[in-house]
Amino acid sequence: MATAKNSTKKTVLITGAAGSLAKRVIARLQGKYNVIAVDFRRKVDTDAGIPSYLVELHKRGFEDIFAEHSIDAVIHIGRMFAHERDRMQRYNANVLGTKRLLDLARKYKVGQVIIHSTYMVYGASAYNPALIDEEAPLKASEVTQDLVDSVEVESLANIYLWKHPELNITILRPCNVLGPGVRNTISILLARPLVPVLVGFSPMMQFLHVEDMADAMVLAFEKNQPGIYNVAPDDYVPYQQAVTECGCRKLPIPSIPPMLPRSISTALNWNSFFPPYMISYFKYPVILDGTVFSQTFNWKPRRNLNDIFSYYRKQKLVAKATG
Amino acid sequence: MLSFGKLDLKDKALAHLVTPEIEHLVASIPKPVGSFGYDPWGYNEDRFKFALGAAKWLYDKYFRVTVHGLENIPASGRVLIVGNHSGQLPMDGVLVGVAAATNPDGPRLARAMIERFFPTVPWLGNYLNALGGVIGDPVNCAKMLEMDEAIIVFPEGVRGSGKLYKKRYQLQRFGNGFMHLAMNHKTPIVPVGIVGCEETMPALVNLKPVAKLLGLPYLPLVPSLLPLPARVYLNFGKPMHFSACGNEAEVTERVEQVKAELRLLIDKGLQERTSLY
Repeated sequence: MATAKNSTKKTVLITGAAGSLAKRVIARLQGKYNVIAVDFRRKVDTDAGIPSYLVELHKRGFEDIFAEHSIDAVIHIGRMFAHERDRMQRYNANVLGTKRLLDLARKYKVGQVIIHSTYMVYGASAYNPALIDEEAPLKASEVTQDLVDSVEVESLANIYLWKHPELNITILRPCNVLGPGVRNTISILLARPLVPVLVGFSPMMQFLHVEDMADAMVLAFEKNQPGIYNVAPDDYVPYQQAVTECGCRKLPIPSIPPMLPRSISTALNWNSFFPPYMISYFKYPVILDGTVFSQTFNWKPRRNLNDIFSYYRKQKLVAKATG
Repeated sequence: MLSFGKLDLKDKALAHLVTPEIEHLVASIPKPVGSFGYDPWGYNEDRFKFALGAAKWLYDKYFRVTVHGLENIPASGRVLIVGNHSGQLPMDGVLVGVAAATNPDGPRLARAMIERFFPTVPWLGNYLNALGGVIGDPVNCAKMLEMDEAIIVFPEGVRGSGKLYKKRYQLQRFGNGFMHLAMNHKTPIVPVGIVGCEETMPALVNLKPVAKLLGLPYLPLVPSLLPLPARVYLNFGKPMHFSACGNEAEVTERVEQVKAELRLLIDKGLQERTSLY
C-alpha cells in the first residue's frame, strides 16, 4: 500500500475523504503534496498515487496509517452527521475519534492539524448578537444534546491547542457550506422542491460555496497560523429568501409553542433535512464575524450568494425538464 | 380577482407612503448592505422606506414635531444619540429615528435598541430588525460603532419610559454602559432633549404585580391606549467627546455631564412649548 514517498514533499492525511469538501481539498493538494485519503463510510476511489483507506478513527486500524506513512499534517474534515447513525455511535466517531487523532498526531510528531468545525457550535438563540466573534461562548449544547459532540470536538481541540503548541492546531468554524455534491443538512434541504419554514421566523444566514471553503482550508494549511477562526462572507440573507432563491416552495409550519415544530419534524421523520435539533437554527440567527480569518489569510470568497443559489435553482429546472 | 385587489391596495399604500422624497432620503443614507439588501442584523432598505413613510406622517401630522440642532448629527461616522426616555411606548425612539433619517444636513439610519423578548415574537422580531432595530447587546453596539453606524440610546431604559406622569421630565438613573461604549470606540455623543412624549401617554399608576405576572417591565394605567397627539420638541445638542478614563467614578462623573446637558436641552424644549396638544 505504501507509495514511494517523495521526501521533498509533505505528506498530508485527510479525513472524511468521501465528502465533497475533502474531495476538493484533495484535488487542490494533489501533486504538490503526498496525500492520504481516509474515510469511515467507504474506501474512496482516488487518482493514482493517493493511498485510500476505509477506517474508523476510533478503531485500531487508524494507527497503522500513521505508522506506515510519515505524516506531516492532518486535515480533519470527516464528521458523522446526525442522520447517519445514532447518537452514541456519532459521539464515539466524532469525539473519541478526534481525541484518538490528536493523540496519534502527538505520538507520530505530526506538525500541523486543521480541524473542520461548524458555526452551529455557537447555538441559535434569540439573544444572539450578530457578527459573533471567536471568543463567544459555545451555547449549542444548551440548545440540544444532538450537538454536544460538535462542542466537545471543539473543546478537545482547544485543550490540545494550548497544551501542545507543536501540533499547530487550526480550528475552522464555517457558516453554511453549499454547492454541488454537498451532503450536509442545509444542502439536502435546499435541494428539495418543498422546504419547511417556521411561520413568522426568517433568521439571517450566511452561505459559503464549497469551492471557497476548500480554498480556505488549503490556505489555512499552507499559511499555518494556528488558532480558531470563523469562516464566513460579509453577505447576509434571511432563510426564507434563501429558500425562494433556491427555487424551493415553502411549507409553512407553526412555530409556537417551540415543541410543535420539533414534534412535526420527529413525526414526519425529517431527520436528514429539517431535524428536530436544528429547528432553532431556522428560527434564530447565528451570524459570524469572519474578519479575523479574512485578514490573517488574505482570503475572500470568490462566489457570491447568487452563484451559490443558482446551482440549486438549476438543479430543480433540470429535474422538472427531465421528469 | 381577490388577489388582484389586494395587490392593488398594497401598491397604492406603498406609493402613498414611499414618496419620491423618502426614496431620495433613503438612497442618500450612507448604509452598506449585502447583495440582497440586508445587513448582518437583518436591516432591509425596502421595509425601512415603507415604515419611514408611515412614521414621517406621524412625525409631521400627528405629533407635529419641532426640531432644532439637526446639524449636530454628523452626516457620516459613528455616533451615539442619547436622549431622555418617556411615554410608556417607545414613540420617542421612533421620532428621533425619523428626525435623523430626514435630516436635511445628511440623513442617517439611527438604530434603536429593542427589548430582548422581541426576537421570540413571530413576525415582530424580524420586522423590527428589518427597520434597523437590534437587541440591546453590548456586542451589537460595539460592532455597529466599529462599522460607523448611528445608534439611539436611552440610558434610563424602562426606568425612564415606565415612570409616572408626576415624575415627568425628571431624569431617572442612567446606566454607564453607553459611556463605556463611547470611550472604548471613540464615539461622539449627541444629546437630544425630548419634550412632549411624556404627554403622549401620561401614566397615573403602575400596576406592578400584574406586570410581573404577565412578564412585562411595567403596566401603567393610562387615559388612552393609543398615544395622545401631544406636540413634540426635539433639541439636539452639540456632540460631546470623551477620552478613555480608568475608574468607574470618573465614568459616572462623565455620565453626569451628559445628564446636565440633557436637562438644559429639555428645559429649552419646555420653554418653547406653548401648548401641550
